[in-house]
Amino acid sequence: MKSLAELEAIRKATISKINLRNEDKDGATRVVVGMATCGIAAGARPVMLSFVEQVEKKNLQHVTVSQTGCVGMCRLEPMVDVYVPGHEKVTYVHVKPDMVERIVTEHIQGGHPVTEYTIGAAENN
Amino acid sequence: MKEIALHLLDIVQNSVRAGASVVEIGFDLDSSGMLVMSVADDGCGMSPELLERVRSPFTTTRTTRKVGLGIPLLMQNAVLSGGGLELNSEEGRGTVLKATFNTRSIDCLPLGDLASTMATIIMGSPDRPEFHLRCHSPEGEMSFTTEEVRAVLGEDVPLSEPAVSGWIQQSIQEEIEPIFGGIMR
Repeated sequence: MKSLAELEAIRKATISKINLRNEDKDGATRVVVGMATCGIAAGARPVMLSFVEQVEKKNLQHVTVSQTGCVGMCRLEPMVDVYVPGHEKVTYVHVKPDMVERIVTEHIQGGHPVTEYTIGAAENN
Repeated sequence: MKEIALHLLDIVQNSVRAGASVVEIGFDLDSSGMLVMSVADDGCGMSPELLERVRSPFTTTRTTRKVGLGIPLLMQNAVLSGGGLELNSEEGRGTVLKATFNTRSIDCLPLGDLASTMATIIMGSPDRPEFHLRCHSPEGEMSFTTEEVRAVLGEDVPLSEPAVSGWIQQSIQEEIEPIFGGIMR
């Protein structure tokens, strides 16, 4: 196993971040990835891990990434919902790992949803 | 599904939903190339009637739709390789699932990215249940538990923390590569 000392270092480094986040719970942006049988088969696992990697890399303290089940639109998986406080939910469909960085920078950090990846754009085709 | 590890990610949700407090995941590869994936939980278990029906794609416990494909797809891939699926369950005690794959068959899926699957599983259920992973092959063995990670992190840092997920993924990857290197891709 990778050294537990390394894990201890992670604990020390993240504990202050977590306290900051707890003070501002309502301001958190939520990223929710569909991870039922359909989502997993369509490629949701690397998408989920890409979001986590971006959050870590860009040190985004007010973003949480979580998982949900099947919402009944299996043909559009992998699907990702982004909830920015004070804005309507945005649903991205057919998400691939290489789309994640753009969603994070333009939407979560920049405030502008990537329209061409959304369910609205996909359904109009 | 393109990997055995993706089936694991899918099927483990059943143990989580069953309210398990510990889920034991095992991968055992013998010298003849037979791989047994086992998932044992101490969740609510299944009645004999449900256990009878559970291999059918038209059986599900959810109420929103009438299909459930997790177990049937896993069974299909196990059987295609020349293996099979074994399920034992007792109400109130838990469920044990064993899927056997013949890794020397051309129709067998690769084991795939087990480390990413474990990191994703743990991130999805950071508080409970506890997950144990045990891997064994003629090349060696390893074990991993969420309890040992929790012991270092204490109560303040959840297992869903991005940096922790990265650590879990890398540490499992390092250990399983020498054990299952030949069947992962």
